[in-house]
Amino acid sequence: MDTIPSIPKRISAIQFGLISPREVRKMSVTNIITADTYDDDGYPIDMGLMDLRLGVIDPGLKCKTCGSRAGECPGHFGHIELVAPVVHVGFNKTIRKTLRSICRNCSALLLEPPQKKDFVAQISKLQEMGHLPDPVINEVFKEARKTKVCPYCGAEQLEIKFEKPTEYIEDGHKLTPTEIRDRFENISDDDVKVLGMDPASARPEWMILTVLPVPPVTVRPSITLESGQRSEDDLTHKLVDIIRINQRFQENRDAGAPQLIIEDLWELLQYHVTTFFDNEVSGVPPARHRSGRPLKTLTQRLKGKEGRFRGSLSGKRVNFSARTVVSPDPNLSINEVGVPEAIAIQMTIPERVIDRNTELLRMYILRGSDVHPGANYVIRPDGRRIKITENNKEELAEKVEKGWVVERQLMDGDTVLFNRQPSLHKMSIMAHQVKVLPNKTFRLNPAVCPPYNADFDGDEMNMHVLQTEESRAEASILMQVQENILSPRFGGPIIGGIHDHISGMFLLTRNENRITKNEALELLRKAEIRELPEPSGYDDNGEPYWNGKQIFSQILPEGLNAEFPAEVCFKCETCKKEDCEYNAYVVIRNGEMVKGTIDEKAIGAFKGIILDKVVKKYGTEAGAKFVDDFTRLAIRGVMKTGLSFGISDEDIPETAKKNIKEVLDKAENEVKDLIAAYEAKELEPLPGRTLDETIEMKIMQTLGKARDQAGNIAGNQLGLENSAVIMAKSGARGSMLNLTQMAACVGQQAVRGERIRRGYAGRTLPHFDKGDLGADAHGFVKSSYKSGLSPTEYFFHAIGGREGLVDTAVRTSQSGYLQRRLVNALQDLEVQYDGTVRETRGVIVQFKYGEDGIDSTKSDYSKPDNVHKIVEAVTGRKVN
Amino acid sequence: MALIESTIDSMLGNLDLPLNILQTLKEDVIKAGVNKKELEEIIEKVKESYEYAKVEPCEAVGVVSAQSIGEPGTQMTMRTFHYAGVAEINVTLGLPRLIEIVDARKEPSTPTMTIAVLEEYAQDRDKARKLAWEIEATHIDQLADVTTDALNMQLIIDLHEKTLMYRNITVDEIIEKLTDKLDIQVRLSENIDNQLIVKLKEPSYRDLLQMRKNIDTITLKGIEGIKRVVIRKDGNEYMLYTEGSQLKKVLEVEGVDISRTYTNNIGEIYDVFGIEAARNAIIKEATSTLGEQGLTVDIRHIMLVSDIMCCDGEVKQIGRHGISGEKASVFARAAFEVTVNHLLDAGMRGDVDELNGVTENIIVGQPIKLGTGDVHLIAK
Repeated sequence: MDTIPSIPKRISAIQFGLISPREVRKMSVTNIITADTYDDDGYPIDMGLMDLRLGVIDPGLKCKTCGSRAGECPGHFGHIELVAPVVHVGFNKTIRKTLRSICRNCSALLLEPPQKKDFVAQISKLQEMGHLPDPVINEVFKEARKTKVCPYCGAEQLEIKFEKPTEYIEDGHKLTPTEIRDRFENISDDDVKVLGMDPASARPEWMILTVLPVPPVTVRPSITLESGQRSEDDLTHKLVDIIRINQRFQENRDAGAPQLIIEDLWELLQYHVTTFFDNEVSGVPPARHRSGRPLKTLTQRLKGKEGRFRGSLSGKRVNFSARTVVSPDPNLSINEVGVPEAIAIQMTIPERVIDRNTELLRMYILRGSDVHPGANYVIRPDGRRIKITENNKEELAEKVEKGWVVERQLMDGDTVLFNRQPSLHKMSIMAHQVKVLPNKTFRLNPAVCPPYNADFDGDEMNMHVLQTEESRAEASILMQVQENILSPRFGGPIIGGIHDHISGMFLLTRNENRITKNEALELLRKAEIRELPEPSGYDDNGEPYWNGKQIFSQILPEGLNAEFPAEVCFKCETCKKEDCEYNAYVVIRNGEMVKGTIDEKAIGAFKGIILDKVVKKYGTEAGAKFVDDFTRLAIRGVMKTGLSFGISDEDIPETAKKNIKEVLDKAENEVKDLIAAYEAKELEPLPGRTLDETIEMKIMQTLGKARDQAGNIAGNQLGLENSAVIMAKSGARGSMLNLTQMAACVGQQAVRGERIRRGYAGRTLPHFDKGDLGADAHGFVKSSYKSGLSPTEYFFHAIGGREGLVDTAVRTSQSGYLQRRLVNALQDLEVQYDGTVRETRGVIVQFKYGEDGIDSTKSDYSKPDNVHKIVEAVTGRKVN
Repeated sequence: MALIESTIDSMLGNLDLPLNILQTLKEDVIKAGVNKKELEEIIEKVKESYEYAKVEPCEAVGVVSAQSIGEPGTQMTMRTFHYAGVAEINVTLGLPRLIEIVDARKEPSTPTMTIAVLEEYAQDRDKARKLAWEIEATHIDQLADVTTDALNMQLIIDLHEKTLMYRNITVDEIIEKLTDKLDIQVRLSENIDNQLIVKLKEPSYRDLLQMRKNIDTITLKGIEGIKRVVIRKDGNEYMLYTEGSQLKKVLEVEGVDISRTYTNNIGEIYDVFGIEAARNAIIKEATSTLGEQGLTVDIRHIMLVSDIMCCDGEVKQIGRHGISGEKASVFARAAFEVTVNHLLDAGMRGDVDELNGVTENIIVGQPIKLGTGDVHLIAK
């Protein structure tokens, strides 16, 4: 307790380099000479690939190098002395370029001294600025290659051909790795620098291997199968191959075997070392496992999405997380999340025992790990973690004192992170307050669905329990839901009413309705409203009544002013504003709703103007309270009236049906006329279009118009009392188009924006004549969903529907990659204290963020509205 | 007593506020006619409100911008083409277009130009039409019927006189262009009007057929690469819309209003007008692509993306061959794409990773230097 945990050390930099043979031997704990792994007793063989000095993986054994047991020992490298040097595949390109730019006789870089100096200067300048020196180095290679006679020793240079995978041919004679290495060894340090290498950490000859480091066993653990048989790692298999060939090579050379055999073995050794590094080199047959599966060697381990870099280092697995299905609970605050008790019992928060909480924590320990607000573990000051069980809980409760840490169970009010994948923006992970609830799903207020893009058709979400005080503080200040009501994407609310919230508010505020005292109190019950306003009137019995606008005004903060056209606005030519006869112009004065209808434009996610104003003017806490209040009010409001939708809601009278049929028949006749004109070659092509394109466009137009007309006829029959119309007009769900498709006519099915043309030769289906251009032969669906589709229509509809599905599938992968690239390119940018935006190197990307230094969440949709407001407030005169 | 404009100017002159705020402030103040005390109060309040709205230092604006542009990508349509009205030009839209922009492709898949014309052409449809013919690439098949006369080893070109007149092109011009571009003999037919006979220098059946193909590719008039020009009345003036883009050449055509002519080919804008213009073009194109889909994205995010693409003086791609491939950190590059090559190269050069960025620090397992991670407390 007395020792303050020290500030963790920071790694300040990591140096890369090539490993020299000397270094390989130095760090090696043993030379590996036997290809065998275990002896008959299953004990690792000395100087074999599983040598105990390389580290241990079997429980019970001790590492011979560091003395630790399995799990603690990090593993140690060994080495294999290669009989003859081989090329490292990864450096083929550089080896080739280097060979071509140095003298074959004296190994000098084939450039004049002033040129060299110039290039070195260029390279160091680039490196100083933090840029990659690649372009200059390529220039060096290009220039050096042009020199045909060495300016230093006068030797003539020969053309060096490279043959895949690892052969270098100089003038018809194959260069052995030994020869290449010899040449590289003679390059002077100064020349190495011109080649862009740092001679201290990477000499060119180190690209040719003479000693092979053997990775520790911890890197290539063998697994014991159920049958007791050992199955070795792919890398071990590869190393076995290398050692075998290496031995054979040695024996043959010692025995003075013919040159041909030596060369063959050399090549074989090269092959095995090549595939040890990379098993997917083009031109090299991949080394395979006995089962025929290609081996996963070093490169394959690092590469790709599941590779070491992207899979294990950039993305990590965590503890203290939970995942289950989500379901809605409108009675929770937007800041809360309902956590099932079964999860709360498992998840813990470490709490340090201090004077003030000893009793409380002792109580948790006494409750044990099975009863909800209990504790699961205690950590003694010496770091030992003890599980609390029925047997030891009393004893532990007794012992616990200052300095211990108790891992207590998750409780109401704890801060947790809540997340739904795909995490496309920062609002995909937000901090919530825990509310432990019965049953087995996470519960959340439906108003927070938009940022997570969640629905309740089986979506699962993840919860992460924060373990430190700092993280909890940071999360509750920066990540809490209320802090994220406004999206930085467009500076408006992303959390807000959806579906029933909107239809509920719409129904409540739309008309001059009468709400009795009981009803009013019921509606406002959860909003902590203590007093009702003056009633708007008294009925015949002298009972007071209120209207919906008054009720809604109760949850508005005091002093709020707003004026805007509602979603139901008819967009008349001249807006009558306050005197709108459709009640579609919302006026709020001093926190009192005077006129209009509350719908998506007022409180909806993405659009809600009132919500936006409340958050920006009164702060996030008031914003959160407003969302909580109006969601509850809306749900009660919609329950008061009731809102249901069934198939009978699409019923339209016979006359309307007849009208629709007439419209469609007329359109079909028009199409026939068009086709006749087209066939008689009387049709005038539109400018810049062929005749075929013209007729298609005209037909599409005619049919589109007909569908709209049919829709209008149906729409007129379905008044504002129809619940589907209520939902569509208020912006709660669906559109009028959906409705007309159900009631009147589905319309043209399209593939790639054109009528359906694919299918059989000359026709879409055998039901039609070849060359028929008519409406029904190319996917026009006359029926409505209600009346049902004919077989051909059904088929065309399926074609159109499939395109939509394919579209979604393609889009998700494409936009996912776009997102990854954008994030990767921009992630290091940060606003500095001087207001500039810079990246890691300190390069200025913007002198002032967004040219004005304003945070998008704090601006009024990028318009200087605040200036107007201030001027108005100070002078009392209207300026805008 | 309202202040006069010059006093207002002097009072607002040295405020540290963005230009658009200053301008609105000035307009409003003049409109409202304020006195000195009021103006002082207004300035105080505006300054306060601006201070509040400023981004906080250490904010990870890059990630926010990247997410703000990437997230709506999932909601965009894949529908590549779109006809803006009848007989209009096809343009790539939606996600494919956005990808094209951040990829910094040299040539977009559907290059188009919007050409504004000078006053005298803008009001007169015929004059605009004439200008359009100057710009649109004219090929032989638009002017004539070409038949292959295998018997006499020649091509017979029957020119439509009316079209020639209409398109303002003479027979001599055609002959000149054809002889110039192809190594052939072209002469006017003696007995039939407006007929051209094309003969090879060395008769060969294969060459004749090849010639038939080649002759179609020759641009007789207009600018090569501009496949189609459509005239449309925009407001009260005629504008030209083209399929295909050749900014440099179009700007040289007489009658084109250089200051209002636009292309959606960002590469061309960069070549002709330079990096600042290209930066603005990226912002404009990205904003309109997103806006067309009904998605609102704050312009600051698009600016940041555009700025990082252009901050080195050339338009760089967002991705492996651009920004991500040129990062200072080895780990950041390795974690993005082509992992192994970056590691090998780093080893060879003896690079040092300073661990300043996000990915690098995640990889080695330490807190990142952004946001709250960039604040240091020094214990005394």
